[in-house]
Amino acid sequence: MQSATYDVVIIGSGIVGAACADEFTRRGMKVAIVERAVVGGGATAAGMGHIVVMDDSEAQFALTRYSQQLWQALRTELSDDVEYEQCGTIWVASDEEEMAEVLRKHEYYGERAVPTEVLDAKALHSFEPNLRSGMAGGLLVPEDVVIYPPCAARFLVERAQKRGAVIDLGRSIQEIGLRQVRFSDGSVLQADKIVNAAGAWAAELTPGVEIKKRKGHLVITDRYPGFLRHQLVELGYLKSAHSVTSDSVAFNVQPRRTGQILIGSSRQYGAEHKEVDRDILTHMLQRAQEYMPGIGPMSAVRTWTGFRAATTDKLPLIGPWPGDASLFLATGHEGLGITTSLATAKILVDQITGVKPEIPIEPYLPSRTAKESAHA
Amino acid sequence: MPSEITLTVNGVAVSVSAGATVAIAMAVAGQACRNSVTGEARGPLCGIGICFECRVAINGRAHCRSCQIVCQPSMDVRTDE
Repeated sequence: MQSATYDVVIIGSGIVGAACADEFTRRGMKVAIVERAVVGGGATAAGMGHIVVMDDSEAQFALTRYSQQLWQALRTELSDDVEYEQCGTIWVASDEEEMAEVLRKHEYYGERAVPTEVLDAKALHSFEPNLRSGMAGGLLVPEDVVIYPPCAARFLVERAQKRGAVIDLGRSIQEIGLRQVRFSDGSVLQADKIVNAAGAWAAELTPGVEIKKRKGHLVITDRYPGFLRHQLVELGYLKSAHSVTSDSVAFNVQPRRTGQILIGSSRQYGAEHKEVDRDILTHMLQRAQEYMPGIGPMSAVRTWTGFRAATTDKLPLIGPWPGDASLFLATGHEGLGITTSLATAKILVDQITGVKPEIPIEPYLPSRTAKESAHA
Repeated sequence: MPSEITLTVNGVAVSVSAGATVAIAMAVAGQACRNSVTGEARGPLCGIGICFECRVAINGRAHCRSCQIVCQPSMDVRTDE
């Protein structure tokens, strides 16, 4: 495919690149995907796989809710191995201060037509009896979903392939931009548009992109069917996830279809090595046991790490890269790439094809950060 | 220590020689240890604690490797049915 010419070449086949390939081909464009390893093998395979509505900001809410509705619409078409489970999220409040946050969140979501249910201590216990006693309550968000992301990425790529997209796996890229993708072996691909969807590695291909790697750890247990019914997240998560400088852990568990339990989470900046960090892992598992003591005696099957693509303002970069009319970004989704992948693809392709997007796109435009660096 | 030990497998009494592992008791009881994710019956493969195929619940604790645990009187062994 060295000399072929495409409407769009997408760099990266994580969930975001896969969703873009799906959407570009749906609108009749000729697409190539270039992937350095395998489909969905980076943060897409390393992450938890939730489709959650979040309210850190109006822009984050708009993108997550829009994308969740796109997932809901796609649900019946997904292959079985995507393991789409609408288990709902419960935001767990450990004290009265966090319970006040439950009520605030309930009101915020209610005003925006997202159904939620406030759980008092007794209701929380009946929903999740393996949480330790003494919790103040929680907020159930019943429309939140858990999926298995690598299979979702593969599903989207295969659908794009059926519409004519080609995928080039195991390719190492030297340089992208000015309508060219230049490979390490010297070959070149011509494209009208290039989409950098390389996740945490996006800045290596497009210097100046403000993406930092934010390392995370996860543990998966053996099968314990019935132990956990919903995705659980501690409300203290907001405090730790908001910090953009320090290392942190937070209680976040997900029930998988097999009965396995996925245990997270951790956030680290400046940790470039992919090895498991024992101190962070210990803290993360201690935090999990503070919320669910029954996790302590469980057998863990595997522990691993991954790198989120983090931006300084906690919003992704979706749209044209200033200074190169052929180059577009779809990265910086941090811990929400699975959730927001489908909406990312929609609003990116809308921009390129001149269709009015469903939601305002300004908060996600890469120019918001590029301006600052250009004037610095 | 008695020469023979009696325990239960899914509530049914099974007697084995002292020193026998739970995997032996499962064989005596004629039971598979567990079912795989896809529903296949599984039992001891390596017999040395590496393969994890022979897991059973013992006294309420899930995922114990039956090949690595010696039978004790009145042990309550259950499969994941």
